[in-house]
Amino acid sequence: MAGHSHKESFVSKYVFSMDHKMISKQFLITAIFMGIVAVLLSLLFRMQLGWPGESSAFLHGLLGDRWAPEGVLKPEAYLALVTIHGTIMVFFVLTGGLSGTFSNLLIPLQIGARDMASGFLNMLSYWFFFISSVIMIYSLFIETGAASAGWTVYPPLSALPQASPGSGLGMTLWLISMTLFVASSLLGGLNYIVTIVNLRTKGMKMTRLPLTIWAFFVTAILGVLSFPVLVSAVVLLMMDRMAGTAFYLSDIVVGGEVLDVTGGSPILYQHLFWFLGHPEVYIVLLPALGISSEIIATNARKPIFGYRAMVGSILAIGFLSFIVWGHHMFVTGMNPFLGAVFVFTTLLIAIPSAVKAFNYITTLWKGNIRMTPAMLFSIGLVSTFVTGGLTGIILADSALDVNVHDTYFVVAHFHVVMGMSAIFGMLAGVYHWFPKMYGRMMNTKLGYAHFWTTLVSGFGVFIPMHFVGLNGSPRRYYSYSEFSYLDATIELNELISIFAIIGGIAQLLFLFNFFYSIFRGQPATQNPWGSNTLEWTTPVARIHGNWEGALPEVHRWAYDYSNPHYEQDFVPQTVPLKAGEEEH
Amino acid sequence: MLKLLILLVIILGVIAVAQLARVYELTSNLRKNREEEISHADNRLNAVLWIVYMVVFYIGFIYLMVVYGKPLPEAASEHGKDVDMLMNVNMIIILIVFFAVNTLLFYFSAKYYYRKDRKATFFPHDNRLELIWTVVPSIVLTFIIIYGLRTWNKMTGDIEGNDFETVEVIGEQWKWYVRYPGADGELGMVNWNLVDGSKNIIGVVHEDLINDKLAQIDETMAQLRDDLNANRNMMSAGQVESVEDEIYRLQRHKQRILDIEDYDIEQGLTGWTAGLDDVFPKPMELHMPVNKQVLIKFRSKDVIHSAYMPHLRAQMNTVPGVPTEFKVTPTITTAEMREKLGDPDFNYVLLCNKICGASHYNMHIPVIIESEEEYAAYLESQAAENNTFGVMSGVVEATEAPAEDAETETPAAAPAEGDAAAATENTEEEITAAR
Repeated sequence: MAGHSHKESFVSKYVFSMDHKMISKQFLITAIFMGIVAVLLSLLFRMQLGWPGESSAFLHGLLGDRWAPEGVLKPEAYLALVTIHGTIMVFFVLTGGLSGTFSNLLIPLQIGARDMASGFLNMLSYWFFFISSVIMIYSLFIETGAASAGWTVYPPLSALPQASPGSGLGMTLWLISMTLFVASSLLGGLNYIVTIVNLRTKGMKMTRLPLTIWAFFVTAILGVLSFPVLVSAVVLLMMDRMAGTAFYLSDIVVGGEVLDVTGGSPILYQHLFWFLGHPEVYIVLLPALGISSEIIATNARKPIFGYRAMVGSILAIGFLSFIVWGHHMFVTGMNPFLGAVFVFTTLLIAIPSAVKAFNYITTLWKGNIRMTPAMLFSIGLVSTFVTGGLTGIILADSALDVNVHDTYFVVAHFHVVMGMSAIFGMLAGVYHWFPKMYGRMMNTKLGYAHFWTTLVSGFGVFIPMHFVGLNGSPRRYYSYSEFSYLDATIELNELISIFAIIGGIAQLLFLFNFFYSIFRGQPATQNPWGSNTLEWTTPVARIHGNWEGALPEVHRWAYDYSNPHYEQDFVPQTVPLKAGEEEH
Repeated sequence: MLKLLILLVIILGVIAVAQLARVYELTSNLRKNREEEISHADNRLNAVLWIVYMVVFYIGFIYLMVVYGKPLPEAASEHGKDVDMLMNVNMIIILIVFFAVNTLLFYFSAKYYYRKDRKATFFPHDNRLELIWTVVPSIVLTFIIIYGLRTWNKMTGDIEGNDFETVEVIGEQWKWYVRYPGADGELGMVNWNLVDGSKNIIGVVHEDLINDKLAQIDETMAQLRDDLNANRNMMSAGQVESVEDEIYRLQRHKQRILDIEDYDIEQGLTGWTAGLDDVFPKPMELHMPVNKQVLIKFRSKDVIHSAYMPHLRAQMNTVPGVPTEFKVTPTITTAEMREKLGDPDFNYVLLCNKICGASHYNMHIPVIIESEEEYAAYLESQAAENNTFGVMSGVVEATEAPAEDAETETPAAAPAEGDAAAATENTEEEITAAR
């Protein structure tokens, strides 16, 4: 590929690009846009929850008479906002955005490949993602409103337009969008797996892979095995909606009309959905953990502690994530014995998670920690991962789940894990690999300001939310004014909304830094962080084919930081072993 | 006004950010700083911030815990007490881990910030340490799992003995119906095909109602056929097709109703009449006797709802087509709880906790826990007011002196149930004999 010289048109370089680095940037920019939309949606419903029923000219101006008559959000609009916020965040930002960006960028660069196994499939993967994003956003603007059955879209609510206006065209668009999204995810996932298995450069044994690649690898496997199940769930739901079948419907009278459906089960959908849905949580989280492993080792100038245990925990978490889906369904009337089995398997996940948390902490111990913004976000990730993981122990216990199921305790739990941990991983990745993506540096000081405001407001939102949940506040409620036993949560809800607004504004620091630095940031050097992995041996200019000349050869693992055999505190993977030096 | 302020803050924020960035750009150009070279001052500043953050975070957390940490009043049910105990034990464990791990994390992050003159310790792994933090969490989790499952098995186990009350809760967008079994202690069979406006809200099965419904369907079908025959020439193909579809749909509806009869014989003949004395209270309230097992059965007419009673630590989804149940033994009456809380208006509540459409947030009924005598009196008075299904649906005529009847028919709930059970057995025997 050296001297690769054919002229590329604008379209083939920036639009229908097959270069993994460009595709990763496309994923990132799309995900950032989707993230902005989802955050704004959440601020709208946080206003309703913090100051219920208060009229706002701003809201009226934005949403008009249809969704906010007299400046007060309508319940239907509230549910649509909640639903689309959740869908966008889980799928478009944390699945497409996180895996799409960093798997694409890092897999070829860190294993020493010229590109993905199939550049064309990779391009398709992005464009499916793009179209599905467009459809999802478009569904916000239709007359009957966007899907509003919660991001899990349980039937029969999602199957019956009579039951909810959002279950009309809005739900159809949601289902189409998700089908395309899954296609994108599968194309990407297959590509990642094939690339990692086949295209590792000379000397890059599986045991020498950086933890990022291990995380992306297991994530891709989870995705490939679980997303098809979501498609089947979605297709059956479409059949129920359009073709008069009754996979999920039985014995229903809605709006006084006896429906011609019998023999289906709404619970079937939940099984199918959560068979994807639970691995999905780890599809979201594992890449973030992989990214933070890499960043923590690099910036602590210390090898990641217990590399093999880290790989083992990723594999264990990946495996266990497939046999725990029932813990979302403890109160569906499922056989209590089955519930007990799911309690057991779910709580097992705490063991590999604990190993990971302690290994991170030991990596920091006696390190030499450089406080880059990426490092701060990674440390924040460990804190939120531990905090959110611990409340998971409560939720996994079926006897306790009965009382906190579908309350704000659950909402707080998964926002600490996904909304904070996974997002922190994504932001850390952007700060860390920005020089590799754009050849420029992001501003460090702004990064600090962004991190500390985000951390404080994040916990300011989600820690009080646990207490709202323990009070017995159900989620997806438009207003709590009917319930006097929840009076104590009124001020908590206001506090949460204030922090949410501050946290939302704090993201402007990031957006500004990001877009400004693309064009005017300080030009990057080849290996700014003094890192061992292969991506930092490529030229700053980000050429097609990644390396000028021959592909690099790998002689050691990725974590030889502060190796006593060497003067320098890092030893790139391309450096051959010294005589008498043993590899780890 | 507040929203305007927020908008103003956003705009000011943007401007502030822009200015800040310009200042930084200029200063860093002056100093020729590399972005990736974190100065000693910055490393130290962030190290200090970790400690400051930790302290503020812990203080905030403990403050919230003290002020809002005892959220719901004590559990008003037997299993609820176990659940609360389990919750407290689990909370203590996770709080210990939470503080310990976060403290270590923040402390190390702060202590080992970058200094040029030192090198990190090369410490890639240590099997003994890793074994410790695999085994210790495993032991703690074993305890959590065993304790949790013991509680779970106890609360989901079968009803003990025959001394229990049955009550049914039915969800519909966006209201709850309650049904008590009446004098015979048995809830009448239901079938969704028989639902008919206010006459038969949940579709209780009864011969007269089946015949009514069949007649009604036949009449509609005949009318549609007549219309079709008379106007076929003036209708478009699409219109003809939609009318034919409607007729076909009604035919299937009719067939499903006819199927009920076969089904019913297998279930025992009592199903035909057991529904007549079922009580639909006015207004809809869920009454339960204190210190007695109550088996709550759940149904849904349309979408999934979830019946959540936070004070009783009880929750169960109501699923169309899939009946569910939950057993609960209330331990504190409403009156006692009012006294405990010093709130004369306090009421237990049953609310919907599964997203079910626009008014999901407004779907709830009061729950009243009372002494067994009060409970019996309540049911009696409801029956006396002719709130029984038979009277409401017009199958049975309203009794002139209902109070006396009710008294003679319901001396106490338990023996009535026993009789009913015996009656069921008898009829079942008869059926098998007849076959």
